[in-house]
Amino acid sequence: MSPLFLNALEVIVNGLMAGIMYSLVALGFVLIFKASGIFNYAQGVTALFAALTLVGFQTGQVPFAHLINTIFGTKIHHWGDGFNTILAIILTMLVMILFAWLLEKIVLKHMVNQAPIILFMTTIGLAYFMEGFGDLMWGADIKTMDVGLPSGGSLWLEDFTKGWAASGTEYYGMYIDVLDVWAAGIAILLVVALTLFSQYTKTGRALRAVADDHQAALTVGISLRTIWIIVWSLSGFVALVAGIMWGSKSGVQFSLSLIALKALPVLILGGFTSIPGAIIGGLIIGVGEKLFEYSVGGLLGGATENWFAYVLALAFLMFRPQGLFGEKIIERV
Amino acid sequence: MFYRESGDFKTSYAEDQQSFPIKFDRYAIWILLGFAFFVVPFFINDYWEKSVLVPFLVWSMAALGLNILTGYCGQVSLGTGGFMAVGAYSCYKLMIAFPGMNIFIVVIIAGLITALVGIAFGLPSLRIKGFYLAVATLASQFFLIWMFNKIPWFYNYSASGMITAPERTMFGIAISGPSAPSWATYLFCLTLVTIFAFIARNLTRGRIGRAWKAIHDMDIAAEIIGIPPLQAKLSAFAISSFYIGMAGAMLFGVYLGSAEPGEAFGINVSFLVLFMVIVGGLGSILGSFLGAAFLILIPVLMKNIMVGGFGWPADLAAHLELVFIGGLIMFFLVVEPHGLAQLWRITKEKLRLWPFPH
Repeated sequence: MSPLFLNALEVIVNGLMAGIMYSLVALGFVLIFKASGIFNYAQGVTALFAALTLVGFQTGQVPFAHLINTIFGTKIHHWGDGFNTILAIILTMLVMILFAWLLEKIVLKHMVNQAPIILFMTTIGLAYFMEGFGDLMWGADIKTMDVGLPSGGSLWLEDFTKGWAASGTEYYGMYIDVLDVWAAGIAILLVVALTLFSQYTKTGRALRAVADDHQAALTVGISLRTIWIIVWSLSGFVALVAGIMWGSKSGVQFSLSLIALKALPVLILGGFTSIPGAIIGGLIIGVGEKLFEYSVGGLLGGATENWFAYVLALAFLMFRPQGLFGEKIIERV
Repeated sequence: MFYRESGDFKTSYAEDQQSFPIKFDRYAIWILLGFAFFVVPFFINDYWEKSVLVPFLVWSMAALGLNILTGYCGQVSLGTGGFMAVGAYSCYKLMIAFPGMNIFIVVIIAGLITALVGIAFGLPSLRIKGFYLAVATLASQFFLIWMFNKIPWFYNYSASGMITAPERTMFGIAISGPSAPSWATYLFCLTLVTIFAFIARNLTRGRIGRAWKAIHDMDIAAEIIGIPPLQAKLSAFAISSFYIGMAGAMLFGVYLGSAEPGEAFGINVSFLVLFMVIVGGLGSILGSFLGAAFLILIPVLMKNIMVGGFGWPADLAAHLELVFIGGLIMFFLVVEPHGLAQLWRITKEKLRLWPFPH
């Protein structure tokens, strides 16, 4: 095989891995949209917040240290060595659940029956709030996250693929980040778990009932508010997973919240209401943007990844306005 | 007491149809305009111009534009930043290409160019609706910013990739550039905003505005009663982009003086303008101004209190500001989803009945 082909193959594989990472964020969007009709812009910031909290627990930071120091003139920063990873993850999850509960109590319960656009705005407000709150709580400096996942290129794969190239050509094997492979495995596990949960548990059935029809679900005795808390906690969990993956990959910092912007085209491509859509959309976008950057990006001056996903999604939408797997939009007068 | 219609007789259709049918409103608006045009310019200083008045006017213009599209026609757009960049860059290219041209005309032409771009990016709205459209408009945002970053012709091959406004005049007085006097830039922005707010007000009350509102309520139903969706939606995109383009041209040419696309016209700008429209009130001209004033003044105020008053570090103040603004937006949406304009409407009703509440 020629090195050019192998390079393209490497780009495709890496694109698939990147796509999985996008799907992880998009999953959180789909969960909330299906259950409450809210388009949750804050999902990316939630992932950032979850990652910050996790790192904070791991390293034993005192929350709001900067604020407390400024007001009282103290000099606190750490309370100890922090928890081990498992405990920190559990504690972070508890924080996310508490957060979902508070959100429902304070904001969402007032927003029943509002227009979708108003709900969307609320989540943008929420995104701002959480961004400031996360920075206030844990500080805005860039943190590294280490939860024990392996990372870096795989030497084994490089050696393995080196033999594929035709003899006499310059080829050094494929570079694939092990972390990405782990992320892909975890994402697949997550989707399987979510599907099992929504198909075979009582709560899962209630979730689907609410997604189908709010009013009908209420009449058969499903508490909308409990369901909302569950859904927001679930999406908090997905955000935590995404936060761990992205945080391990590129550090925990503000730009982590911008992955929401990467997930949006995935979402409209796959359709807002479909979990498989989020995965397949992610794969298409991941491969598409990497291949485009690889083949024509250089001619256009590079950095096409910023917009290519959107343009691709837009092109798809022209043919299927509800996305690939979204429910058909039926409009009646 | 204040808002009495009694004794305010209308004897012709023209009087009945005027913008401000209540006498009290009419006087109030004339007094406000008189104050803004004839008193403020004599007292304005650099601080007020740079951090309060000119930004307020520029963002009001942008909010007016987005309100036409989102508030009146119901098409949510997250591409405002990109369209402002189009306005800014056309303004820059025009300033460079025609040094003698009156800056007023430059800004108008920049708006017209943006309107054309707006129509092109508005075309998908005929097929894509709701959130799908909102996300699709992000395509314009990212694509336009990328284009201005990567194609050197737009920034005249300058080494830094930034654009800097040269000095351009109107009636011999510098409006853009570093030596422009405060009162001149202020009056320039005020004149533009006043004229176009008046036009927007009358557009939205007229035939075209009614068509937008019908599309906003339900586009299929509107089509059935004979409103062409193509014309209505594209005209909303065009006129909205025209306003936003002018705002971009003013932001770059008059206010900032130099700009770098990713920073001055990034996605945050799109959200900021959207917030202004939401907080101010969707589908209200007054709301655009209230929203812009609110979101421009709150940060200035908070910074003055926290950094200037308490002596807190600036980064802490910035985080608290984010928390506060985010919280405030949620608070507004919970308490009054129709924004400040609706609060004003309620106040007006109360004043009409005062002192005899029913």
